[in-house]
Amino acid sequence: MTDQQVRKDDEIAEAQTQAVIDSAHLEGLEIKSLTQWQLARRKFFQHKLAMTSLVILLLVFLAALFADFIAPYDFAEPDVPNRSSPPTFEGQHYFGTDKIGRDYFSRTLFGTRTSVYVAFIVASVSTVIGVIIGGVAGYYGGAIDNLLMRMTDLFLTIPFLAILLVLSAFLGAGSPVRVAFILGFLFWTGLARIVRGEFLSLREKEFVEAAKVLGASDSRIIFRHILPNTLGPIIVNATLTVAAAILVEAALSFLGFGVQPPFPALGVLIADGQDSLTTLWWLATFPGLTIVLIALCINFVGDGLRDAFDPKQRVK
Amino acid sequence: MGTFIARRLLYSIPVLLAATILVFFGMTAVTDPISQIRLQPNVSQQTIQNIIDRKHLDEPVVVQYGFWLRDVFFNQFGNTALGDQPIWPDLSRAIGNTMQLVFVSELIAVVLAVVLGVFSAKKQYSFFDYATTTISFFGFSVPIFWFALILQALATWFFLETGFRLFYTFGQSSFAPENAFIDRIQHMVLPIVTLSYVSIATYSRYQRASMLEVLHSDYVRTARAKGVKERVVTMKHALRNALIPVVTIAALSFGAVLGGAVITETIFAWPGMGKFFIDALIRGEVYTLMAWLMVTAVAVILANLVADIVYGWLDPRIRYD
Repeated sequence: MTDQQVRKDDEIAEAQTQAVIDSAHLEGLEIKSLTQWQLARRKFFQHKLAMTSLVILLLVFLAALFADFIAPYDFAEPDVPNRSSPPTFEGQHYFGTDKIGRDYFSRTLFGTRTSVYVAFIVASVSTVIGVIIGGVAGYYGGAIDNLLMRMTDLFLTIPFLAILLVLSAFLGAGSPVRVAFILGFLFWTGLARIVRGEFLSLREKEFVEAAKVLGASDSRIIFRHILPNTLGPIIVNATLTVAAAILVEAALSFLGFGVQPPFPALGVLIADGQDSLTTLWWLATFPGLTIVLIALCINFVGDGLRDAFDPKQRVK
Repeated sequence: MGTFIARRLLYSIPVLLAATILVFFGMTAVTDPISQIRLQPNVSQQTIQNIIDRKHLDEPVVVQYGFWLRDVFFNQFGNTALGDQPIWPDLSRAIGNTMQLVFVSELIAVVLAVVLGVFSAKKQYSFFDYATTTISFFGFSVPIFWFALILQALATWFFLETGFRLFYTFGQSSFAPENAFIDRIQHMVLPIVTLSYVSIATYSRYQRASMLEVLHSDYVRTARAKGVKERVVTMKHALRNALIPVVTIAALSFGAVLGGAVITETIFAWPGMGKFFIDALIRGEVYTLMAWLMVTAVAVILANLVADIVYGWLDPRIRYD
């Protein structure tokens, strides 16, 4: 298409829009323009899969949050007469019990609470670090930018899981908060790169130039003008980080280097069930399915958010 | 091509040196060999003093780094702190065992992911497309260790039900097997399925996205317009360009695959690098861990070099001289 044609098409489209607005005015209707956030919210609400996943997620999170009230049993106390019971509704052992009679439904609820708690700390810590480092590197460029990029390159040469395992083995992990902070301090590199890219392109835009000419300070430009425009990718990344953190924490805890007993975490529960996979199959199955359910829902929500923040995708 | 590879290898030297700094000073920051050994009972003060002398642990950290670097480059990573055993023989055996798993599973993963990605891009929004999308979403969401456990449980259950040993769930080979090759394959299948599943999920998404982009590009339309058969358009014009992002992602994920091998090998008791790493971690063998981290750094650097060579073959516009 030539430039002329494009301009012509634009003019036609503009005229059509104007006609629609005019006719709406004639009918006494007012057309409201929508802000980016309203558009994103509307698009997200229309995304059926993402909305369903969000509802399921909220239910699971609420159940985990109020585990004290919902769980039929204590997570550590054994129900001795019903040892090694398969899943049953009568005894309220929905997910069965282990060899010493601990109720796995209750344990899964409390484990979910620990795992989700850890994942939220990881997402918050890594998002704050990633935004600050990525923003500084992207806005100021130069030596800071170079250092950051070389550092993230270097981190790519060594398996992430190996670094995590070494750190949590020697820094004495075990409590959920410590595991969460170790993970959080390592998870920021991906987001830093994304934020850096956004800042790099936005700082050259006319509106930033205009703000500079008007004498806005660097911090005002960063927080008022650039950051709000990068919130979409940041929110999407933070959401997906929660899913990634749950999976990685579960793997660490399973290997014995993450959250450790007596804290119940989903990875720990699966590790406990590992020895009796064929006899007491429910021990490893239900905590694992819980992880899959949470991670799957978060991934769908993240996907929906990505579509919602993408200006190329129109509201139906 | 020869000069390109030589130049790239030269570029790798500073990266490798930076990796040694990261590994050594990172490890020193979180622990030291002596405090790990002190955790063990029955180690005399004399033994500890010998280790301090042998590893120059009473010198400044930078000097220790120098001695360690000498060991790494000229002494095959040197010896362990406790026991004074050479690290390399065990580590190299583990590398060999892991490479069997990683090469086969990555090969399967790349081939399958390309096939799946191309078909779902060609038939966008078809049932097949939705099915592969769903499966790959599960791939992102299923913990790799849990997937391995499920496979293990299924294989054991199959054996208990039918009495026929289809796949082994443990180790690398049986004691005195009838046919060593088939026996090895029976041991390899489950770890390979575990390792390749997650890779397939990631790679096929990339393949689908890049294939869709290429199929909508102008030169593909031109090819169709001049009457090239659809099969040739897909296989020759589109696929070749669409492969580039997948090659990148496969090379970049090599570290992650080795990380996945840590979990997979631990569960299936495969005597490879992953199990070696966990064993060293449990025993607190700092020097062995640092050797392991260096080996993986070299492996990732080499994987990226291979990716660069493959780019040149896929896209003749990329010249290397």
